[in-house]
Amino acid sequence: MLKQESLLTRLSRQKALQAMAIPGLIWMIVFNYIPMYGVIIAFKEYRVINTIGNAPWVGLTHFREIFRDTDFFLTMKNTLGISLLKLLIGFPLPIVFALLLNEIRTIRFKRWVQTVSYLPHFLSWVVLGGIMIPWLSETGFINELLTKINPGREAVPFLGRPEGFWMLSVLSDTWKEMGWGAIIYLAAMSGIPPELYEAAVVDGANRFHKMRYVTLPCIAGTITILLILAISGILNTNFEQMLVLNNPLNNDASNVIDLYVYRTGIRGLRFSYSTAVGLFKALIALVLLMGANGLSKKYQGRSLF
Amino acid sequence: MASIRITGRRVDGFTLINTIIMLFICFITIYPVWYAVVLSFNDGNDAMMGGVYWWPRVFSIESYRAMFSHQGILRAFGVSLFRTVVGTVTHILFTAMVAYAFLQRHLTGRKLYMTLGVITMFFNGGLIPTFLLIKNLGLIDNLLVYILPSMFNFFHLIIFQAFFREIPKSLEESAMIDGMNSFGIFSRIILPLSMPVIATIALFQGVWHWNDFFFGIIYVNEMDLQPVATYLYRVIAQNQSSQMMVNMPAAISRSAVTSQSIKMATMVAATFPIVLVYPFLQKYFVKGLLVGSIKG
Repeated sequence: MLKQESLLTRLSRQKALQAMAIPGLIWMIVFNYIPMYGVIIAFKEYRVINTIGNAPWVGLTHFREIFRDTDFFLTMKNTLGISLLKLLIGFPLPIVFALLLNEIRTIRFKRWVQTVSYLPHFLSWVVLGGIMIPWLSETGFINELLTKINPGREAVPFLGRPEGFWMLSVLSDTWKEMGWGAIIYLAAMSGIPPELYEAAVVDGANRFHKMRYVTLPCIAGTITILLILAISGILNTNFEQMLVLNNPLNNDASNVIDLYVYRTGIRGLRFSYSTAVGLFKALIALVLLMGANGLSKKYQGRSLF
Repeated sequence: MASIRITGRRVDGFTLINTIIMLFICFITIYPVWYAVVLSFNDGNDAMMGGVYWWPRVFSIESYRAMFSHQGILRAFGVSLFRTVVGTVTHILFTAMVAYAFLQRHLTGRKLYMTLGVITMFFNGGLIPTFLLIKNLGLIDNLLVYILPSMFNFFHLIIFQAFFREIPKSLEESAMIDGMNSFGIFSRIILPLSMPVIATIALFQGVWHWNDFFFGIIYVNEMDLQPVATYLYRVIAQNQSSQMMVNMPAAISRSAVTSQSIKMATMVAATFPIVLVYPFLQKYFVKGLLVGSIKG
């Protein structure tokens, strides 16, 4: 039969199926699309007494304010500083770790190291903070250790000052996520055909040659994709980490955009302004993603979309 | 390359150095966590004198007894347990159900549903509009705030779908001939066959629920409804001294417990369940992560 069934007959025939699909649609509309619509308060003057609909429009007022806001520029600087350091240290380390772990031939030892390396990923930032904060205090473990090596030095409250905070946040984040970040690379490495290594050995390659000329080129695609994602996420600092490690003494180096949005919005009740800051941040992130993707397409022939 | 013999096997210099590097990485990964465990089992006042590094010097479980006799903490653990179990189970059932429905070719509106979902992977309303929504829904200071907003996740839907696609179509077809409807096929055939992917998502979502402290800060003002992660956040990051030292039962010897040692005990207790579970789910989540990263 070629007769087109009406929409209603089709829907009634798949009642059970639609009853499974529509709740998903409703959930997305409520929890994803209503907040997206709510972004319009960035162009309005929303106060607690208003609804999103009846708040007065103010155009780009809040966005102009962003450019006059010295606090915003400070948080932008901290966000970029931490992210760039992370790109420099936190991005390559999982690759190096995966390369080295891939060279371990004892399967049980390899698996054991991998299991251990995932451990910090499953720790809450609160727990990590509970370990780090006393360790890094003036009388803490790290100062104790450094003073043992160099008895003349003065104890430093590492988290009680802005200096060095960027590095601390990057190192602790790398500590937490290195093993987890290596999973994808290790999987990519396990997919490399052994013939490639055998051929390399015939050509006289040693271990380093094999790593450099077989393994690395074979995972280059994976590296590129993850690099594009890392670049597009450059304005996302680790919010939970910052909530835990930020304090009034290191605030000059640890106040990042996400923290600023949270504080001005939820605590300062400047809903419209902080939404504008968040939207501005999302716009820059989109531009960065497009840019990184475009560059990769041009020079590497690989891209995300 | 120079080589030496260890236990009868030839080991070259590279392997030796590499093994040492790996052992070093394991050490710096485990030691900070181990240190917290040691302090939690050491007599609190003794630990304050310093010098406890590898093993409890004066062994004591008083910190744990103090912690578990404290109503506030017990309730916080209860909230954590509630949101982890109920939140994870509902998340899995709901996301898997929608994933299955969205996968059916004959579903009218399928393209629209999937497109709307993909958009949510790239755009979101951000912190403030989401907060206003939660507030308007009346979810502030409501236990449902731990369940409803995290019940569905499009990334997880894609992982589920990648798994469902591998299940032979013939199973569904024969069930359909037997007169089973879509929901019956999903709940009686698809779900029981999907344990590996369910284990993966359960781990991701369960760990998130157990560790998340932000929902407790932003959406819940009432202390009684906050999970243990939020409780720890207040004690650790905001340096609010816990009420515990003030109203401690007389049965616990005060001299053996400090606020620091209780903090450590709470941290260890809050981490223990996860550390116990994840090694067993390793082979599942590695696979799940890969599917997610390829599609996402």
